[in-house]
Amino acid sequence: MAQSIQETQEELIEEFGLFDDWADKYEYLIDLGKKLPNLPEAFKTEENVIKGCQSRVWLHAEKQGGQIVFEADSEAVIVKGMISMLIRVLSHHTAEEIMKADLYFIDQIGMSQHLAQTRSNGLLSMVKQMKNYALAFSAK
Amino acid sequence: MTLDIHKIRADFPVLDQQVNGSSLIYFDNAATTQKPKSVIDALSHYYASDNANIHRGLHALAERATNAYELTRTKIKEFINAPSSDQIILTAGTTGSINLVAQTFGRANFSKGDKILISNLEHHSNIVPWQMIAEEKGAIIEVIPVDERGVLDLEAFRNLLDASVKLVAVNHVSNAIGTINPIAEMIQLAHAHGAKVMIDGAQSIAHLDIDVQALDIDFFAFSAHKLFGPTGVGVLYGKRELLESMPPYQGGGEMIKEVSFEGTTYNELPYKFEAGTPNIADVIALSAAIDYVNALSKEALFTQELALLAYATEQLSTIPGLRIIGTAPDKIAVISFVIDGIHPQDLGVLLDKFGIAIRTGHHCVQPLMKRFGLPGTCRASFAFYNTFEEIDLFVKALRRSINMLQ
Repeated sequence: MAQSIQETQEELIEEFGLFDDWADKYEYLIDLGKKLPNLPEAFKTEENVIKGCQSRVWLHAEKQGGQIVFEADSEAVIVKGMISMLIRVLSHHTAEEIMKADLYFIDQIGMSQHLAQTRSNGLLSMVKQMKNYALAFSAK
Repeated sequence: MTLDIHKIRADFPVLDQQVNGSSLIYFDNAATTQKPKSVIDALSHYYASDNANIHRGLHALAERATNAYELTRTKIKEFINAPSSDQIILTAGTTGSINLVAQTFGRANFSKGDKILISNLEHHSNIVPWQMIAEEKGAIIEVIPVDERGVLDLEAFRNLLDASVKLVAVNHVSNAIGTINPIAEMIQLAHAHGAKVMIDGAQSIAHLDIDVQALDIDFFAFSAHKLFGPTGVGVLYGKRELLESMPPYQGGGEMIKEVSFEGTTYNELPYKFEAGTPNIADVIALSAAIDYVNALSKEALFTQELALLAYATEQLSTIPGLRIIGTAPDKIAVISFVIDGIHPQDLGVLLDKFGIAIRTGHHCVQPLMKRFGLPGTCRASFAFYNTFEEIDLFVKALRRSINMLQ
């Protein structure tokens, strides 16, 4: 049995709790970004681009069994680090679990500025799009 | 005159603050400039003592507000050496001024097949208003190309000019890369072919001496907020015969002489183009910004900024993999750059953590970014209140950020 969305969030909060300055936190985030596998070029389509981001961000979703699996990529490595965490938290869960997920970890690890809805930060659009996929899959 | 930077910085309250645990370094002056205390005080003084609607009331407050408002118009006239105050139209910003010209001059003068020349350096706000009216009128937009340095190709400009060109709309200075365009020569060339010229002065007004008569400019636009003044105020200067021949823009109060249900006669310049209650407080506070710049002298301020530009260019050039985009011989203090293998957004995020404000992205000039084959750049833009020490800290933070990202 895979761990719940809440358990993964708690795990991330614990990992980030080890850092006491912002630079270490960001180095870890950058590292997460670098380690996230690149999205296959075939999925980097106009359709998969998330609008509203300063860097291009692609999100691909598919249903495997009863679960939704996300893959994503970005030109900017910090965004990619954030994406990596979102995938770790939300991927391989059911549509219903994803739709009702409260992503409190972003605030807890001190990254809520990345959720700010400015033109340069599209993480909010990313979360919205992941939930939209869940909604779309659940309707099928 | 040498500037006392320490004293000058004390005039700008916003500069004295900590951001993410470091002293703020504000290098986003091309986006908007900070405001001296005299401007902030003028705003609050107006609301605390003079607030009234202008031009119609007979009472003391209305008179004070009207006088202060019209005094700004006179100061703007002097600041750009316009022949008369009634050729100074107050708008909401450079964008508002350009749209006004597109929707009035453009509507009255463009016909099918006419050409509008813009340049590859233009901000979206000096592209889209022309596209909108061109589409409506069947006019054609042609683009003056730029070379690798970000300098306009004047030879190509000459070749584009012919009798079908009704308007040349170019910026005085590029917002994204700082190029100063040779507008005196371009205006002469355009006039020789019977074309009118609109200059987008958003990025030049705070740095370069503007004499609309000596330059023989037909239309000149700028924003107060890039001149150390408030947001929400723009200026449109136009030659009298052009402004008089243009139809009104928006309808409403203030812009009319007489209204009946049978028809309306319009007010004279400049009120014909100023419908409704204007942004009175911010216009009045712009006076203080003009006074501030005049007292220090624009030339002295620009000399300081060029010294900052030279120093920053030299320091940034020592960073491996850093490439400066825009290397025109004549530039204002704007440096756009990219670093091999690093996305500008990542640098913007990390520099903010060091308390440094720069701009990253396409700077509202997507066609120019496309010209250079880039999704965007990092842009540091300086004002006279910036210091050499700030540049040192910036370069240090940039090196550290690059290390973190590579």
